[in-house]
Amino acid sequence: MTNDSLPMLHATGISKFFPGTIALDDVDLTLHRGEIHALLGENGAGKSTLIKCLTGVYRRDGGAIMLDGQTVDPTSTNHSQSLGIGTVYQEVNLLPNLTVAENLYLGRQPMRGPFVARRAMNEAARTSLKGFGIDIDPAQPLSTYSVAVQQVVAIARAVEMSGKVLILDEPTASLDLDEVKLLFSVIRQLKSRGIAIVFITHFLDQVFDLCDRATVLRNGQVVGSRVLKDVSQRDIVTLMLGRQLDTAPSAAKSAAVGAPLLQIESLGKSGMLDPFSLTIRKGEVVGLAGLLGSGRTETSKLVFGAVRADSGTMKLNGKDISVTSPRDAVAHGFALCPEDRKTEGIIGDLSVRDNIVLALQARQGWLRPIPRRKVDEIAEHYVRTLDIRLANLDVPIRLLSGGNQQKALLARWLATDPDVLILDEPTRGIDIGAHAEIIALIGRLQQDGMALLVASSEMEELVAYANRVIVLRDRKQVGELVGADITSVNIIKAIAAETRHEALQ
Amino acid sequence: MIRSTHLPLIVTLLTFVLAYALCASQYPTMLSWRVVANLLTDNAFLGIVAVGMTFVILSGGIDLSVGSVIAFTGVFLAVILRDTSLHPLTAFALVLVITTAFGAAMGATIHYLDMPAFIVTLAGMFLARGAAYVLSTDSVSITHEFYDVLQSMYWKTASGGRFRLIGFVMVLTFIVGALVAHRTRFGQNVYALGGGAGAARLMGVPVASTTIGIYAVSGGLAGLSGIVFSLYTSAGYSLATVGVELDAIAAVVIGGTLLTGGYGFVAGSFFGILIMGLIQTYIVFDGTLSSWWTKIVIGGLLFAFILLQKGLTWASTARKKAATGFIAQS
Repeated sequence: MTNDSLPMLHATGISKFFPGTIALDDVDLTLHRGEIHALLGENGAGKSTLIKCLTGVYRRDGGAIMLDGQTVDPTSTNHSQSLGIGTVYQEVNLLPNLTVAENLYLGRQPMRGPFVARRAMNEAARTSLKGFGIDIDPAQPLSTYSVAVQQVVAIARAVEMSGKVLILDEPTASLDLDEVKLLFSVIRQLKSRGIAIVFITHFLDQVFDLCDRATVLRNGQVVGSRVLKDVSQRDIVTLMLGRQLDTAPSAAKSAAVGAPLLQIESLGKSGMLDPFSLTIRKGEVVGLAGLLGSGRTETSKLVFGAVRADSGTMKLNGKDISVTSPRDAVAHGFALCPEDRKTEGIIGDLSVRDNIVLALQARQGWLRPIPRRKVDEIAEHYVRTLDIRLANLDVPIRLLSGGNQQKALLARWLATDPDVLILDEPTRGIDIGAHAEIIALIGRLQQDGMALLVASSEMEELVAYANRVIVLRDRKQVGELVGADITSVNIIKAIAAETRHEALQ
Repeated sequence: MIRSTHLPLIVTLLTFVLAYALCASQYPTMLSWRVVANLLTDNAFLGIVAVGMTFVILSGGIDLSVGSVIAFTGVFLAVILRDTSLHPLTAFALVLVITTAFGAAMGATIHYLDMPAFIVTLAGMFLARGAAYVLSTDSVSITHEFYDVLQSMYWKTASGGRFRLIGFVMVLTFIVGALVAHRTRFGQNVYALGGGAGAARLMGVPVASTTIGIYAVSGGLAGLSGIVFSLYTSAGYSLATVGVELDAIAAVVIGGTLLTGGYGFVAGSFFGILIMGLIQTYIVFDGTLSSWWTKIVIGGLLFAFILLQKGLTWASTARKKAATGFIAQS
């Protein structure tokens, strides 16, 4: 057996226990040279724990790791880096205040005597990055470049420091289509250099586009490892969930929608969103579609008063209302689940219970506390009906998986019994199971007569539940699709009309 | 090449030049070597401590203890030289070891106990001030021939300005400080911490040793500043230099360093010190203004610089998306 046929990384029997749970149970993972290997699983399946065990962030409680034929035992990220296992995280973990070159060479700068050899460092950085397909001035601060470029710099750093195994933890989560293309070309190039790459993502299309093999985790165990060209997306989803899922999650669209509830007249803010008009009826789901930065989030924030509009009026049930702050909006029966769950949604250190009753308590005013028994009742009710999975109501919400956090946030606003519910990317970054549940929930709320405004980048999702889809482009409303016209193809056509986004053709 | 990160430094420089020009237009005698020499001499101790403060603030921290450490150093030296026969140089070495170790201990507390620098150095401030009181509550004058030798060392210009030793010590501290901050690995690590401690840790920056090093530098420079202050005043007094830490922070911020860390230059703090000294000199020349006007002008300047920093942050986020260069590749 030649050295080349030996796997680059061979982990066997990896186990990790946390108090009260088995996070990883006898997990095996094999990575070959020049292979892009997807690591899949729902949130909480054990993907991140496995990565943390491989990179030494956690000490594993059992199992062995063979790297390039040698047994290794990484004890810290630095150690695993020097062994040859590099990691790039979802949020770019570089320093925006340093230059690109400084980021690339931090801790291993070329030195002349006691001083950093700046010119040599900048030259080396320029050459290195050219090898990755980006030609930028490495003497500029990292923050002057886009997230995709920063991501490539992070990858370049990881590869140069490690060079055997590269772990990419949701690298595409905050990139748009063109940026994903750039990243993929870089990853493919690394594959041809013989590096073993682990790719973690929620986007199955990207997995099939890029990866050779996939290992699927569920509840801390490996449930299967597949060569991707032999299987379909459906097979993988079935593996991940352990059950069959309707590939097109569809909520029953109730045909009858009620009386106009919210009438928006030329609401806008200069420099942010062109004035738009929109009427939402009771029991209607209005979808907001568009590319990243097209104005989806801005629309939802304006309607909720999180950003103050500088023109336009709103009517609720035919009466003029003024919404200049989220407090006004809540008072009028609005609710908003924001896009950025971590910073604008959850209060990480508060318990799940406190997070759920937060909006209700805020509306009541702090002088009239909700009795503890009522609080428990509300929290338990939503934990049950939304199937939020947690040990108890006292756990800090930051410890929950993304899907469960999102459900708790929904519970927070449902507890206020809103008339108008605004959801901004309700299914971003959550696993497929929770995804389907949230879509089903949207359908239920609609049947109960709530008016919903949902901004989403996932067109299939909008197709599944929206009665109407507003298409945005360049911070402007450019189209509206109703009823049977709502298809992915039509949405894409509306977005792409008169623009040069060839990527979407 | 001018970057947006250089802008605060340039503004500081322009402010200084403009302020000096204004002063000189009103009092032409201010444009003399004598005034320049006095600027350096009178602000030497503040300048030295501002170098240490620049490192601390660049890393995203704060050090409130330095004023007390200067007072402690002065009293310590005065008492040692009065009560023992130690040579001043030995006493200098001893006090530098003590203050550096004191700073390092604060750095270790901040890192290992994961405490805010504000609280830890506040405790350090009380400790150092208290230690100074314990040594002596009175002003102790220093009379030692070696002090006379050091104090009489100066370089005289033709026009009568005297560049004294302590001014040179400050300038040297700034030069060494700038080299360390901008040209060494330690300096890069300081900026890295200021840019984001979490990311810095993941990138393999030795956070513990860097944090300890930063506060050790600040403590040690406060000690050096105390030595210079004792040379300047020929005395040690436990009530001296109250609030100097705030002056140092003001100088660093006027010098263009971002209070949240990560952006700034050691050279900026030098001009921050000079601007503050210039205001004081102007008030002396004027003769009718209360010296408290210094505080008001500094307060105004600080406010202006904070607004400038905020403006720059906005501007840089606004055009963040603009500049990217891809080589087309498939």
